[in-house]
Amino acid sequence: MSETFSAQKYLRDIKPPFCAGCGAYTVTNVFLRAIHELGHENLDKFVFCSGIGCSAWIPSPHFKADSVHTLHGRSIPVATGIKLMRPNVNVVVFGGDGDIVGIGLSHFIHAARRNLDILVIMVNNMVYGMTGGQVAPTTPFKTKTTTTPYGSFEHPLDTAKLAVTAGACYVARWTTTNTNELKESIKKALNMKGFRFIEVVSQCPTAFGRRAGFKDAGEMLKWFKENAVLIPLAEKMSESELTTRIVVGEFIQRQRPTLVETVYKTMEEAQKQVEN
Amino acid sequence: MKKHSTNTRFWQGNEACAEAAIVAGCRFFAGYPITPSSEMAEHLAKRLPQEDGIMIQMEDELASIGAIVGASWAGAKAMTATSGPGFSLMQEGIGYAFMTETPIVIADVQRAGPSTGQATKCGQGDVMQSRWGTHGDYTAIVLSPNSVQEMFTLTIKAFNLAEKYRTPVILLADEIVAHMREQVSAPLLETLEIVNRRKPKTDEKAFFGLEEVPPMPAVGEGYNIVATGSTHDEYGIRVTADPIPHRKLVERLNHKIQNHADEIADYETYNIDHCEVGIVSYGCTSRSIYEAVENAEKKGIKTGFVRLRTLWPFPEKAIKKLAETAKAIIVPEMNLKQLFYEVERAACGQARIIPINKIGGGELITPEEVLAKIEEANKE
Repeated sequence: MSETFSAQKYLRDIKPPFCAGCGAYTVTNVFLRAIHELGHENLDKFVFCSGIGCSAWIPSPHFKADSVHTLHGRSIPVATGIKLMRPNVNVVVFGGDGDIVGIGLSHFIHAARRNLDILVIMVNNMVYGMTGGQVAPTTPFKTKTTTTPYGSFEHPLDTAKLAVTAGACYVARWTTTNTNELKESIKKALNMKGFRFIEVVSQCPTAFGRRAGFKDAGEMLKWFKENAVLIPLAEKMSESELTTRIVVGEFIQRQRPTLVETVYKTMEEAQKQVEN
Repeated sequence: MKKHSTNTRFWQGNEACAEAAIVAGCRFFAGYPITPSSEMAEHLAKRLPQEDGIMIQMEDELASIGAIVGASWAGAKAMTATSGPGFSLMQEGIGYAFMTETPIVIADVQRAGPSTGQATKCGQGDVMQSRWGTHGDYTAIVLSPNSVQEMFTLTIKAFNLAEKYRTPVILLADEIVAHMREQVSAPLLETLEIVNRRKPKTDEKAFFGLEEVPPMPAVGEGYNIVATGSTHDEYGIRVTADPIPHRKLVERLNHKIQNHADEIADYETYNIDHCEVGIVSYGCTSRSIYEAVENAEKKGIKTGFVRLRTLWPFPEKAIKKLAETAKAIIVPEMNLKQLFYEVERAACGQARIIPINKIGGGELITPEEVLAKIEEANKE
């Protein structure tokens, strides 16, 4: 680190669209801090993909970098085409829970299965925030949203566990109160290959907190702090005890042949066969 | 690379399309299996890796079109192939490619719809979907091959148009031209015109405006591209509420194609200056008109035709010309009147427009059926 950290160095001079108290500010700041600590003077070696939703605006148009702001749910397919044809760039996907594991769920699973070399940072605010606060696949049971006025009658998806099962090389979950752990996870993930997934449980005071019974962003952060539980402790808790908890930590770290490696190896083999 | 000693081939239509894609410079294919287009994916799965290219089978058509858009932004020429149901799923992605000015090629091998319909049987029911399938104001470039030879030549043309205008181009094939086998004369590479997208100069920053077709950089080249399907300014920065930037962008995207409709229009004509009965046809259906016209002429009926290789933008000048001489124009289609109304519109009441429609079971409209209609039209 040659100089002190300044997020502005990596950002365009455009006013961010996020509400006061939004967790996207924290995620932006922590991500750029990780970039700085890894010694990147700029974001020239990165390509960012995002879909539709509030957190899609974290990289696009704000990061001074290549960014492709895609359709709702399709950031991972677009990232697939980019990474395969430009294996030397670091592809990072930012997206919300609705984008990544609602409408885009199958791409998420298949990218983990293929071990596509990308980092996916999912900002999980447990709601469809941009459209005004509708229930999401990640909304806790019994939570009031605009489309569940009597409380949600569905159970949320554990995306971190899903990513592990599907084959991801690195999976971590933190809340926006775990800024240091999150930053270290991002740094670690950026130095790894294969499919890497970091879920950030984040506050949306406007579209989620208000209806779910939180006065402001501060109350939500307090909720995160009080209910976050590290993996080793969570393993000792019963399923019913865990329903109201947020399990945080690193779920897996492993190496598997990555998609870029297997695709280019196949290409070599195909060309050898032709020569023979 | 396997060098071919001669340039005459005996190919299936889907194979000809796949080989033409390689000739055109395509190095990335993403697709999802669907009859009757799958041979394209199968052929490219074998051939692309030999040519430093990549074929990947995605989890669905939404992912397929997403992946080729990504590959195109990574600097590659990219394509996908599908049929009706998959083509429907790709429509949002086609709109995205249009809005972000991403050159891609989509081959839609038509089968009998709607829905699953008759999956292995030919149809021409996607004519209007290829024009109007995505939402919002949009102008499509759609090419219609009627032989294995044209599966080859029009695929190259599709890539060239996509690169020239920075827009998605649809090769609207059908089960018959895709599955039949014919002799193809594959022109030698040196004799072909291959168009590549215009790259920006190092200091250029406007990749989404200022010019009719702006230059296109690739990601990873240090241009700090901001690509978005939302309304954006010349630099890619989103403008989500102001009316003027939206008008400016969407009008330019449409005009950059519409203003060149005459250049894009590609069709074959026969005797259109001296005919009493005219035919407008395209794709597999047009294969029956040659014999019908020959036999009509033997019977002393002055017959002419316009056979469309470009469906969209609709080559209306050619139709208008035909309508000036012909008293009646027959439009044979393997759908329930799709291009018919477009012909009627272009004819401006100058000629009576007569449909021949046949759907189901992949049954072609025969030369005899066309001839019968020519005779009928001539009597009236």
